[in-house]
Amino acid sequence: MKTKIKFIASGILLVTIMAVLGCTTQNNGSGALSSNVAERAYVAPGEHDEFYAFVSGGFSGQLSVYGLPSGRLFRVIPVFSVDAEKAYGFNEETKPMLETTFGFIPWDDSHHPDISQTNGEIDGRWVFINANNTPRIARISLETFETEEIIEIPNSAGNHSSSFVTENTEYVVAGTRFSVPVPQQDISIDEYKSNFKGAISFIGIDQESGRMNLDFQILMPGFNYDLAHPGRGKSHGWMFFSTYNTEEANTLLEVNASQNDKDFIAAINWKKAEEYIQQGRFREMETAYAHNVYDESTHMATSTIKRTVKVLDPAELPGLVYFLPTPKSPHGCDVDPTGEYIIGSGKLSAALTAHSFTKMLDAIENERFDGEAYGVPILNYDDVVAGVVEQAGLGPLHTEFDTEGNGYTTFFISSEVVKWKVGTWEVVDRKPTYYSVGHLMIPGGNSRKPFGKYLLAMNKITKDRYLPTGPELTQSAQLYDISGEKMELILDFPTVGEPHYAAGAPADLIAPRSKKFYELDDNNHPYSIKNESEARVERDGNVVHIYMSTIRSHFAPDNIEGIKVGDRVYFHVTNLEQDFDVPHGISMIGANTSELLIMPGQTETFVWEPKKVGVWPFYCTDFCSALHQEMQGYVRVSPRNSDIELSWSLDGE
Amino acid sequence: MNTKKIQILSVVFFLALCSCTRAEKENTSELTLPDNTPKGQASVVDNESDKNILQVAIGSSDHSTLVAAVQAAEIEHVLVNAGPLTVFAPVNQAFADLPEGTVSNLLKPENKQQLANILTLHAAPGSYNKEALIKSAERGRKLYMATGDYLEIRVTGEDVYVGGAKVIATVPTSNGIINVVDRVILPPGS
Repeated sequence: MKTKIKFIASGILLVTIMAVLGCTTQNNGSGALSSNVAERAYVAPGEHDEFYAFVSGGFSGQLSVYGLPSGRLFRVIPVFSVDAEKAYGFNEETKPMLETTFGFIPWDDSHHPDISQTNGEIDGRWVFINANNTPRIARISLETFETEEIIEIPNSAGNHSSSFVTENTEYVVAGTRFSVPVPQQDISIDEYKSNFKGAISFIGIDQESGRMNLDFQILMPGFNYDLAHPGRGKSHGWMFFSTYNTEEANTLLEVNASQNDKDFIAAINWKKAEEYIQQGRFREMETAYAHNVYDESTHMATSTIKRTVKVLDPAELPGLVYFLPTPKSPHGCDVDPTGEYIIGSGKLSAALTAHSFTKMLDAIENERFDGEAYGVPILNYDDVVAGVVEQAGLGPLHTEFDTEGNGYTTFFISSEVVKWKVGTWEVVDRKPTYYSVGHLMIPGGNSRKPFGKYLLAMNKITKDRYLPTGPELTQSAQLYDISGEKMELILDFPTVGEPHYAAGAPADLIAPRSKKFYELDDNNHPYSIKNESEARVERDGNVVHIYMSTIRSHFAPDNIEGIKVGDRVYFHVTNLEQDFDVPHGISMIGANTSELLIMPGQTETFVWEPKKVGVWPFYCTDFCSALHQEMQGYVRVSPRNSDIELSWSLDGE
Repeated sequence: MNTKKIQILSVVFFLALCSCTRAEKENTSELTLPDNTPKGQASVVDNESDKNILQVAIGSSDHSTLVAAVQAAEIEHVLVNAGPLTVFAPVNQAFADLPEGTVSNLLKPENKQQLANILTLHAAPGSYNKEALIKSAERGRKLYMATGDYLEIRVTGEDVYVGGAKVIATVPTSNGIINVVDRVILPPGS
């Protein structure tokens, strides 16, 4: 009994000392504020966040826009999946955005957003993102926060090592995860080896318009190309890709692609590729891919099929590609802000490998090769490795950097973020994530100039972290303050879909250029009207075009008669407002599509095929004004053989 | 070591915790939370959109008394709301025509509510330009005002009167209509 009391007493004493110590610590230094994590993530009502975070939606196919440090969700930008809320893929204007050579595809898996750069620093013009499943790259305007362009990638499958931009946004690269027959053909899967190729695409970017053009492809050996990052500074002009399945297995990869002790990081000299293109040492290959462009002036997208691509064969073009042996199925392939170190995260390894760009160039110059693979020289591991972060954790995936010479790496299996020093390769801190972290993001962390204040870790699994919602649980993002020596978890927030990867930028790089509305005078939509007096209804056989306008708080026209069962009725609706944040919506009873959500100055169109005789209402679906509930109208639908004349009116006129 | 000692230690522990909490509180109280009251839609900075009712009124030198009254009544936010709203805006002379002392009396803080009521009687939900007012008059509609009153619309020749005030001009704005009028509309029956 006495021992027990002693034990309790010393327990209390200990807790007291700790409490007092804790208290003291809090009151010293920078005061209570610095230790209050809630306050550091708190952005008061009406205040703005310091950073934008563009977080991919993974299997949602979209791109979410959050504020940091608050974790508040501002917008979900529809990219590769239809979005009924915004009529994306439902209205006539955006349907072409989702056209491919496989036809209209309403969904994809969006993975790696990357913000455009100038001189190696993020510039906030555009964000690019890849579709994994049906290979495509999208470009999103950071003025309108709309998807402006989608280009399909031919000869590719599982477009995963994408969409990473070079230092001046010369190119966005898209690398295939799955090697496939190039061109596609009807052959046995067993003929994988030597018949399957891995296409790496370089998409040129017009610096004015941002328009994408598939400039060339490099047909690589049939490995899996997993991730990529551009060289920067001294290594500008190179692009690095991690590979796995150098075994070239085509079945049970979880075993068969883990046989080799080392796979490769492929170093591609794209400046050399440009030389070869200029010298005409490419093959013009017939293929087909869709190129979809949304025109802000017509508020409409068009889809065109392109037919050729220039391909380069690295076996025939010396100096184009080198392989850097890297342990154990490297996943992440990250380049530090100086451009000297290329970090390979062998996902089945416990260590990280840092290759030296300088050593790589030296080995190439002295032709110290350790054989070749399909004509591509393999460098000696010992000749290129600069250091190894030993025993850092289990299952390393991705690395980003701060400005102080630290790297931060995620470990999926051990669910943690590990901070280590670039150059000495020593681990300086580690913090758990909840749970099974994939990518991490430091704003600007993949550029010459990271903003090393916050780190966002994106988790695949949350288990008990939130209130349960049945079998399907939200995935999450976790925010760490990395301004001090030790990382501190300050916020944990749920995400849309799978928060696969993210790109971040200071708010002041983007917010001042954000568009407020579209100029009505610049609206060149073929069915737009510029004022109510132009509102009308026109019939052409069984096709009816309604030229409609909206302004607080009515439609013009709002009474329409003479529509018949079997007609195909186009509602072309122009929002005449020229005022920030005043969209109008519209939907029609029985329309087999989504609402429209029309921004000021914009025209959108939906199709309605009336099936039933009667008088049917439509209404404004966006709570626009005090008289929003009054914003409605009627369409009279008569039988097919009716001779009711087409007429339309507003308030009897 | 006996139970008493444990009690004493517990008290020490409790006190330590208390002092800790107090220290935190003191620090927290130094935090200044942003005061949101002056922030409303009227303070939104937007030089690109079409001008709203308040912005147009502020830009009109003929309406400085009205603007001053709106500010005194603290109803600016109403005039920048999504609306749509039709405002009958008396010119400065209209206020000057009121019995002497009326305006200065209404501008006193203690008469804020009364001033707000009078100004609200100059606002109708909806968009009514001069043509819409004529149409309403032709159809025998009265104009429903934001106070709940119904005002008569009278058309004489080309002139339109609402609540006895003559419409001198119509100005479209982003969130509704301003009809400039020549006199202050007084509550029905007053």
